[in-house]
Amino acid sequence: MSNTSSVLDMPEQAFAGLETRDAHAWFGKHHALAGVSLRFPAKSVTGLIGPSGCGKSTYLRLLNRMHEFIPNSAMAGEVLLHGDDIYGESVDPAAIRLKVGMVFQKPNPFPAMTIRENVISGLKLAHIKIDNEQDLVEKCLSRAGLWKEVKDRLDASGGSLSGGQQQRLCIARSLAVEPEVLLMDEPCSALDPGSTLRIEETIKELAEKITVVIVTHNMQQASRVSDYCAFFLSDGGPGVLVEADQTRKMFTNPTDTRTADYVQGKFG
Amino acid sequence: MSEFTIPQPTRPWDRKRSEVVRSGVSLAIVGLLSFAIVLFTGFSGVDGWALCILLLCVAVLIYRGRKLSKKERGNATVQLVITAAAILAFAPWLSIFGSVLVKGIVGLKVNFVTSDMRTTVPDDDLSMGGALHAILGSLLMVLMATIITLPLGILSGVYLTEIKGRFTFLVRFVIQSMSGVPSIVAGLFVFTTYVSATHGPTALGGSLALGILMLPTVARTAEEVLKLVPDDLRSASLALGARQWRTTLMVVLPTVRSGLITAGILGVARVIGETAPLLLTAGSSTAFWFNPVKGPIASLPIYVFGMLQIGTEYAVNRAWTGALVLMLAVFALFFTARKLGGKDKR
Repeated sequence: MSNTSSVLDMPEQAFAGLETRDAHAWFGKHHALAGVSLRFPAKSVTGLIGPSGCGKSTYLRLLNRMHEFIPNSAMAGEVLLHGDDIYGESVDPAAIRLKVGMVFQKPNPFPAMTIRENVISGLKLAHIKIDNEQDLVEKCLSRAGLWKEVKDRLDASGGSLSGGQQQRLCIARSLAVEPEVLLMDEPCSALDPGSTLRIEETIKELAEKITVVIVTHNMQQASRVSDYCAFFLSDGGPGVLVEADQTRKMFTNPTDTRTADYVQGKFG
Repeated sequence: MSEFTIPQPTRPWDRKRSEVVRSGVSLAIVGLLSFAIVLFTGFSGVDGWALCILLLCVAVLIYRGRKLSKKERGNATVQLVITAAAILAFAPWLSIFGSVLVKGIVGLKVNFVTSDMRTTVPDDDLSMGGALHAILGSLLMVLMATIITLPLGILSGVYLTEIKGRFTFLVRFVIQSMSGVPSIVAGLFVFTTYVSATHGPTALGGSLALGILMLPTVARTAEEVLKLVPDDLRSASLALGARQWRTTLMVVLPTVRSGLITAGILGVARVIGETAPLLLTAGSSTAFWFNPVKGPIASLPIYVFGMLQIGTEYAVNRAWTGALVLMLAVFALFFTARKLGGKDKR
């Protein structure tokens, strides 16, 4: 296998500006991820799929510098945003995270804030001036598909919502800072099927405006929601990128036999 | 398939080594420069030196921070203030330990921990006599107090978090108010109920008084750590058909083993330096015996107190050395607790 695993084929104007070149990740001595080179298409959903422990979440966290919060972690390679390495010497990681947002596995609205405060919290935390708070709150909550349900109780606590609503609140919170890319780390795995469906609809609508990268271990979800797919696999060693392509092709006619076995449910 | 050329792991988010070196060098230069200023100008003494360092550090920081953006500067300032506050909180400890060390090291000879005061008077040379009896007395009383208190404290914690009986409120209230009891009152209580009813001060009397002081600390800490056990674990055990007492014994308590050890150690640390209750309940002696009901017995705090009362040069030296040994004993305890308790996965 070559050092450069796979690259999504796409015309240059469809490139989102985010790519990795030969990205590696370590936890202490454990080599978790090896040699991932991938370019992300703009205004689309890219699904990262693969069995547990294949490094897909690690890879996601490399993309907005969340990886470094894990003690003893290390990395190598380049993560480029519009041509600049986000691990470069004079880069402010906070500014990167402002551009590359993240939604986590468990809904985590700030419990001490109301729904409204949760939505604008990103701007408050980053000292960004808010011009029209009411409009912003409505816009973000609408894009996250939550506005109709909460418009009469914006001053209730974020914790008073159901799990699915909380996750959509977290999405609205990420959208308020207007990121170019939204990373989602198994955003539906803690939710019921109904809420999952609503979130998937939301994700598809988001991809009309921004680039979404979603980690999922649910292949049906990947086939439903994503335009492109990247398949990660670990054979006991570090996780590698096996194949990346359009979702339709990955699920019907993949190049690599391991991808075929995985998407047909033969393992994982 | 593994023909990767694996690159070297890097940590781009760490501070650069050159930066760390530069900070160290500037700090050293600032220190020396202040020393020079103290030598040749009106500033004098440690205070002047510290003030010079402070002013120069601020100057250096302002100079080096000029290139940062506004947000970075804010972040750096807050980091600096917090670090400075942490160091400041550390300073009194360092000062106390430093002075005890300097004054106590004079008398810290082998005989201090191997002999007692049976055949020595406090004014004898420091190469004679020691505090073995006081060290052993302290250890004996603390050990007995722990044996009495630790099970009681853990059981009260279990009552409060696992059984949640109808007296929960009362038990918690009593424990909380007990932690406010002045130590001399605990001593008086044991004095009236036990010491004066038997043959006067003994090691058992001392450990009873210490136990009263330990109990609230142990019980409250035990309750706090037991609260940290996730309910999932209790449910999992109960769902396997376990009775509640088996669940508590085999699942809940082992989960927080290190926390419970910490509870015990905190209790010991609370009482090992207590002087007032021991004056009434354990008294003082010049030799040690293992019989806890035989008669008055010395302990380190009482030893220090007694030697200071005598007030002659050698006696005061002995007092400082006693204080040093007491502090070292507490450190050793904490260190062991860390070692023992650190095995849990947290």
